[in-house]
Amino acid sequence: MDSNSSDTHHGSPRGVAPLRSTAENGLKIVVVGGFGVGKTTLVGAVSEIRPLNTEETMTKAGEHVDDLSGIQDKRSTTVAFDFGRITLNDRNVLYLFGAPGQERFWFLWDRLFSGALGAVVLVDTRRLEESWYAIDRLEHHGTPFIVARNNFAEPEHTLQEVREALDLPDEVPLVDCDARDRESSKQVLIELVRYLYRLAGAEPAPATGAADRAGAADPARTPVPFPADFSAEFRLEESTP
Amino acid sequence: MTGLPGLPGLPGLPGRDDDPDRLYTVTRGRSRPPEHAFDLVTLIVSEQEPTPGMQSEHVRILQLCRTPTAVVEIAAELALPVSIVKILLGDLLEAHRITARHPRFAPTKARLPDLDTLKQVLHGLQQL
Repeated sequence: MDSNSSDTHHGSPRGVAPLRSTAENGLKIVVVGGFGVGKTTLVGAVSEIRPLNTEETMTKAGEHVDDLSGIQDKRSTTVAFDFGRITLNDRNVLYLFGAPGQERFWFLWDRLFSGALGAVVLVDTRRLEESWYAIDRLEHHGTPFIVARNNFAEPEHTLQEVREALDLPDEVPLVDCDARDRESSKQVLIELVRYLYRLAGAEPAPATGAADRAGAADPARTPVPFPADFSAEFRLEESTP
Repeated sequence: MTGLPGLPGLPGLPGRDDDPDRLYTVTRGRSRPPEHAFDLVTLIVSEQEPTPGMQSEHVRILQLCRTPTAVVEIAAELALPVSIVKILLGDLLEAHRITARHPRFAPTKARLPDLDTLKQVLHGLQQL
């Protein structure tokens, strides 16, 4: 087991703030990164609860990953991950997951993180190669992502150099952050959401033209994401509570 | 709170205990998840208070979920793997002791979240 985060805990007393009774919709964003890159730090910087740690088990043999007989098997795998949460409003709560990017984890990706809004790949430029695999897998899974460089010190490389080293397409945002800083970590998440807006063919700041552009989103590029009346819905945005 | 034989010190366990025997006992040998597809972020709400004689894990879940609590939080609090917790939740759901508030947005590959969802996420983050 790689419970690698010293600042997480589990089996805690129920001291954490409970969700509102009206909470009804959970959302997911995943922060992927190698060991010690600062995933838990970033999650903790914005989370309303101290990051918690939990785990999932599976066997590598086939579909029936919940077969407990496999737990005694050498082929079984346990992956640990951290999470925190942000109450967005009365109904919606966003869960942030810190996921190790190592190979065995991806066996569980669909099971744990299908339906995630998107992902942040947190990179340490001293060990960029650890990010290649994560980026490849996210592309494979069709999960939208941005890349954030966690600056431990004065960066030795420009972001453009990092982009080239990662072979990152121009449209994928690459930003600097300080995972220890709440505001900086918050901006990383906002950058991801803005990117999701752009992928949806819309602009996050609803100016007059935004709905028109959104309505003109190429249906071939975004197969089935929106109801037919979505541009009208988008125009109502500011009046929605 | 009633404990099961073979589950020493289960409540409030400070560390993880992945003894296969324990996991087998907790789920009474069942290995398949029920049909109810719980997501990590499905919010669980208790509909009843625990009753005497109830399995200790069920008791803890009902206590935790007096306010909406995500599946993944329950797993962390009980120090059990997520898949085991889903089996326990299936029991409680079938017995109508809990209700489940499933995430509305579950995009498949190449889908994007709807703009209303994005708007709410963005506004929520900006208010942090």
